[in-house]
Amino acid sequence: MTTTALPISAHPAVEGGLQLEVTSVSVQTESIVSIILANPSGGTLPSYVPGSHLVVQYGDGVNAYSLTGSGNAPSEYAISVLRVEDGAGGSMAMHQLAVGDRVYVSRPRSAFAPVSTATHHLLVAAGIGITPVLSHARAAADRGTTSSLIYVYRPGAGAHVDEARELLGPALTECSNRTGFQEVLTEQLASQNLGTHLYVCGPGAFMDGVLGQARELGWPEARLHSEAFGAAELDEGEPFSVNLVRSGIKLEVPAGVSLLETLENAGKTIPNMCRKGICGECSLSVLRGAPQHRDLYLTDEEKAENTTMMCCVSRSEDPELELDL
Amino acid sequence: MSINIDKNPESDVLPERIRRFPFPFTAEQYRYSANVEPAHKTVETEAGAWGAGLIDIDEFYLQELADRDQILTRDPSRMQVLPHMRPAVWDALTAVLSSMAEDYPDTMSFHREGNTCRWQNTLQNLNIEFTAGDDDSLPGGPMRFLGSQIQDDIVLLDIREDTMWLDAGLVSFAADWSFSFDVGMNFLEIHGPVPRVKEENIVRRAEQFLMRLQPGEQFRRTNWTMTIGQRLDTSTETYPEWGPDRGTIATDPDLPDKLHLRVEVQHLIRLPHTGVVMFLIRSYLLSLTDIAKVPVWREKLGHVLAELPEDMAEYKGIIRYRKAASDWLLAS
Ligand code: HEM
Ligand code: FES
Repeated sequence: MTTTALPISAHPAVEGGLQLEVTSVSVQTESIVSIILANPSGGTLPSYVPGSHLVVQYGDGVNAYSLTGSGNAPSEYAISVLRVEDGAGGSMAMHQLAVGDRVYVSRPRSAFAPVSTATHHLLVAAGIGITPVLSHARAAADRGTTSSLIYVYRPGAGAHVDEARELLGPALTECSNRTGFQEVLTEQLASQNLGTHLYVCGPGAFMDGVLGQARELGWPEARLHSEAFGAAELDEGEPFSVNLVRSGIKLEVPAGVSLLETLENAGKTIPNMCRKGICGECSLSVLRGAPQHRDLYLTDEEKAENTTMMCCVSRSEDPELELDL
Repeated sequence: MSINIDKNPESDVLPERIRRFPFPFTAEQYRYSANVEPAHKTVETEAGAWGAGLIDIDEFYLQELADRDQILTRDPSRMQVLPHMRPAVWDALTAVLSSMAEDYPDTMSFHREGNTCRWQNTLQNLNIEFTAGDDDSLPGGPMRFLGSQIQDDIVLLDIREDTMWLDAGLVSFAADWSFSFDVGMNFLEIHGPVPRVKEENIVRRAEQFLMRLQPGEQFRRTNWTMTIGQRLDTSTETYPEWGPDRGTIATDPDLPDKLHLRVEVQHLIRLPHTGVVMFLIRSYLLSLTDIAKVPVWREKLGHVLAELPEDMAEYKGIIRYRKAASDWLLAS
């Protein structure tokens, strides 16, 4: 038995990603730190779409954080992390990072992209929700489009306030109380041109409120965009097991690993092409159990029958599936 | 007629154009399907292999680029960039050039510091500095420049309102469609003329798939048709130049040399900074005479042509000569 620590391996959610080094940690507010990550061997990092997030591994868990730069050929990735005392532990671990530490991160993922045809971007953020919209404001400036920002934060607890002021000048409205915010929001929602798109990020109830008000004022759905901060979905699914009836073996499919990969690791050859649930090549016959269909190939009727599944993306509703394999 | 030529009679080795040809058929019949697969995967064929890299440069590189340049000069409508797509064009250019530099380190290099970029391409004696985002820093602008570095046609689709819009591109080698007619259309409208795909839900599935791709992901598919003569520009715009051949080729004694299988290797890429879908179409032509040098290809193509349903053959514009072609291929 050895006493050396096990090397930490990459979590499935950051597989195919990057190993980066912490080059700076700076305190934004009492509970928010900004962390800068760079390529340990220097050089630029992959560009990203404004409003993207990075999945960062801490210990054996992962969390998603919005990138705050414009995303254009960056030499570093900047994220800001709010300490959540009763959270799953990710934010506490992130707050302990120090310069020189190495972390596994995913490639940037886009789920809150700006609309290219917008003539103006109206950004609305509360608290840590500032992070993705700061990215939007930077990219808009880069691309020569205008943006304005309504930023709500508790006095003394606003992250990135100085950057926002410098970037937006008079296009920034800072609010520290509900009534003030309501007035500004109503006024701005009512006075926008047709080409303006609205982007909102903050706590769920805050976003619902802003979007609800925009809808009441006649904003069409296509011009409304929102992101639940810090909670970008990591669709890795639940673990389940499969019973291969003809082979007489049982396999465990862990979270974050596909059934196709599990079968391949067990030495099975399954025809496949796209590995994305669209081509239909990796179809398997299901004898018992309800698959959790996540493919684009089967029709709704075929899915309802629960006799076929696409093993590259689909998983299981039941703890166990029986397969004709 | 006897065509028992198994190999190039000149030598044991087939010429490059055959060895590198992306022969698309795996069976003796062909139907539309959502045939997408990850890019950068070598496919072995009976004659050689294809598909290791993203941008494929072959012996026709300079010739095809010269053809494209002439076409664009004659008909500027083959290149269009709607104003909101300017950032996407730069995104496309920088992504493609850095990929080429990686795949062809002996002849090409790309360096970027901030927005200052340097591109070297010794195949064209080029060593050029430009500023990403500044359209005036490249001759003809970034789209025209990209079109002068790769043989592929380029289409950029913006994602908005839950669909994709064909809002920019440079297409000099369209196979029987019109790029300028399609500019501004969405994915479903673009595929309007294609038989079967709507009923079979292929288009909607492909659309969902493309919109779910993450920036940086790269996929590809193949498509095929037939072309008479060694010409890549069979666009709607030049129909009078090539259309009439379709009526005469069946009885032309030179059919095996004049008639080509045309294969498109199409790459589907979400660009990293704009999230725009880049669709690259690389077209390859191989005459039936060349196809027949690979016995498995000769038979497969012969059977595919004979079996292809009428509506598909009609749409592909091969209905009047596909029998003559398959008869020639299958005659032993
Ligand atoms: C995203 C980029 C794409 C663009 C811009 C595009 C464009 C086109 C165009 C212009 C045509 C010719 C239509 C005409 O006759 O006017 C076509 C044909 C077709 N497309 Fe697409 N396409 C794309 C992606 C796909 C994908 C992902 C699939 C399937 C998975 C697909 C399936 C087809 C099929 C089956 C045809 C008929 C081809 C033939 O028989 O020659 N396309 N496409
Ligand atoms: S491999 Fe294409 S659907 Fe699974």
